[in-house]
Amino acid sequence: KIITLNEEKRNLSLGGHVGFDSLPDQLVSKSVTQGFCFNILCVGETGIGKSTLMNTLFNTMFENEEASHYQNGVYLRPRTYDLQESNVHLKLTIVDTVGFGDQINKEDSYKPIVDYIDTQFENYLQEELKIKRSLFNYHDTRIHICLYFIAPTGHSLKSLDLVTMKKLDSKVNIIPIIAKADTISKSELHKFKIKIMSELVSNGVQIYQFPTDDEAVSEINASMNAHLPFAVVGSVEEVKVGNKTVRARQYPWGVVQVENESHCDFVKLREMLIRVNMEDLREQTHARHYELYRRCKLEEMGFKDTDPDSQPFSLQETYEAKRKEFLGDLQRKEEEMRQMFVNKVKETEAELKEKERELHDKFEQLKRMHQEEKRKVEEKRRDLEEEMNTFNRKKVAAETLSLSQPLKKDKDKKK
Amino acid sequence: MQKGKLTGLRATEKQYVGFATLPNQVHRKSVKKGFDFTLMVAGESGMGKSTLVNSLFLTDLYKDRKLLNAEERINQTVEIIKHTVDIEEKGVKLKLTIVDTPGFGDAVNNNECWKPITDYIDQQFEQYFRDESGLNRKNIQDNRVHCCLYFIPPFGHGLRPVDVEFMKALHEKVNIIPLIAKADCLTPNEIKKLKDRIREEIDKFGIKVYQFPECDSDEDEEFKQLDKELKECTPFAVIGSNTVVEARGQRVRGRLYPWGIVEGKFTNKFLCSVENQSHCDFVKLRNMLIRSHMHDLKDVTCDVHYENYRAQCIQEMTSKLAQDNRMESPIPILPLSTPDVDTEKLIKMKDEELKRMQEMLNKMQQQMHDKEQ
Repeated sequence: KIITLNEEKRNLSLGGHVGFDSLPDQLVSKSVTQGFCFNILCVGETGIGKSTLMNTLFNTMFENEEASHYQNGVYLRPRTYDLQESNVHLKLTIVDTVGFGDQINKEDSYKPIVDYIDTQFENYLQEELKIKRSLFNYHDTRIHICLYFIAPTGHSLKSLDLVTMKKLDSKVNIIPIIAKADTISKSELHKFKIKIMSELVSNGVQIYQFPTDDEAVSEINASMNAHLPFAVVGSVEEVKVGNKTVRARQYPWGVVQVENESHCDFVKLREMLIRVNMEDLREQTHARHYELYRRCKLEEMGFKDTDPDSQPFSLQETYEAKRKEFLGDLQRKEEEMRQMFVNKVKETEAELKEKERELHDKFEQLKRMHQEEKRKVEEKRRDLEEEMNTFNRKKVAAETLSLSQPLKKDKDKKK
Repeated sequence: MQKGKLTGLRATEKQYVGFATLPNQVHRKSVKKGFDFTLMVAGESGMGKSTLVNSLFLTDLYKDRKLLNAEERINQTVEIIKHTVDIEEKGVKLKLTIVDTPGFGDAVNNNECWKPITDYIDQQFEQYFRDESGLNRKNIQDNRVHCCLYFIPPFGHGLRPVDVEFMKALHEKVNIIPLIAKADCLTPNEIKKLKDRIREEIDKFGIKVYQFPECDSDEDEEFKQLDKELKECTPFAVIGSNTVVEARGQRVRGRLYPWGIVEGKFTNKFLCSVENQSHCDFVKLRNMLIRSHMHDLKDVTCDVHYENYRAQCIQEMTSKLAQDNRMESPIPILPLSTPDVDTEKLIKMKDEELKRMQEMLNKMQQQMHDKEQ
């Protein structure tokens, strides 16, 4: 028997320093030892600058060949890298959408992307449902962030962008960014951003909002939310500006510096994506998007949280019930098939018997016909014989008659 | 003595007949008659087509146009919109028609999105063919498309499937001039790489874009040099602008960016000028399209594309007549039917009859063969 002394929690005051304030540090040191894992999905048309932006963000040259415009369909290319900064290890996976936006008919372009995201969720779910699991060891491949690259037309979203983002917004955190933003002037950019956001809102597309519930970062996050979509420029080339060398793009009319906040929003993106909210993105992926997937999947399979009597089901019970049902189904099907087989055998047997009978009948018939024919032939033979006999008798008679005739004549002559 | 005088006069007359004034007469008459030109612009939404047209003709053709939302464009079909304006410069009148193709390449499924465009071009040819073959040809209106500017996005690595398909569908119907749009997003190196790549792909896919006519051998060296530069510069990388900016005491059509270096010092703003030849090829395009080759574009349309259409049209009509004996034709057949066509008809008919009889014979033979067996 369990006795609970008081239902409400009480606040106690401490008489001295206990030391559990080191808990966050313990957690941090554990995570550092474990290492971190982060997965980025880049969606955008060929040549829009996805690879260049990744190189710029992480200050590395990830190996990359230029993609062709002539792919038959969209396919996803994940690449995993091990990065280290001071003592923190990051297992970074960058997933590229190759061939996106190149086909003439793009109605199915979103499908490979959705399938990929679902597959990563499925793999995690399978691991979670295993009897012997090792989740702490598991290489989490679920996509934590989708960077959607919008072409800088200056007008609005493309129809493909709208359709794709609607399909993705319930499965992954989306941050829309305006690519190659150095082609848009400041006034145009302002109008463009407003137009994009209003189109997203009016079509009910949910993009990732930087969290404002943590006072430490709520202010900066709130101000950044107002700058979406980020207008970015990527470059791995360095240009000398003044007495510094910076990453930039050099035009005949000026130099666009990647890390200059009055030139583009690259710094904002890096700040938000990597330095402030990376952990929140991982959390949201697990707590929101993955849980939604898991619930939908299990409901599909017939699991419920409560039965008609509002008693909570345990997963195990449901699982057992499902298994029994499945086995029952299997047995029934087996029975059915066996029945069918037996019936078929009977049918074929009957058919064969029928055929046998027919053949037999035919044989009898033929035999009769044959006998009939034989009889007729016999008759004819007899008739023929008759005729022959008659003919022979006549012949003999005629011969004897002819022999006696000439004698008579002689006799007549002598008289 | 008078005779001598006359011969004196005739001698001076012989030296100068006067037909050297013909070019002036042509010039005078053409100014009186006026010119017309139809320009088509095609490319995805947001490539800067309208801005470029405004920059080319230094006017604003698109004052109150409405742009569609992304949602509305998902299933959009291609429309054809014509704007006709009369403009005049130094007494020369030009009736300029701009044919817009909004919706091209914007839908999610763009299968055969070029069909409305090819149909439009064919319709204009058909209209002209009808008019030309008619009895009263005084006021023929030439609505044929003389040139099509095709805008290739600068964001990719070269031509995309939709670009290739579009150009292949149109290259034998209209003069295509491919352009790299919004070229201010590319550095000079990137522009060169992209141009080389596009030229390669145009060759590879067998696309016939508009070729500048060869220079006459008796032109001067400077002209030949310019001509060579022009040809090596294609496809033109262009920038357009609707705004005139005041910079360093000048009024320039251009785009103002918030970055720049002037003489080693930082400035807050810098100007990308549309008319600056080291910034883009806009000036080359304008000179080529308007100042030097406008008439050649018209000539190629009349002499090559239209003639191809007409010949094809006539062939189709005559072969159709041979098939069905009804003499139903929408266009009056002028004395174009040569004797060959008639005999061809007869031969075809006889051939078909022979075929039919042969088949019957074969059938009968087969039947006999079966019966024997």
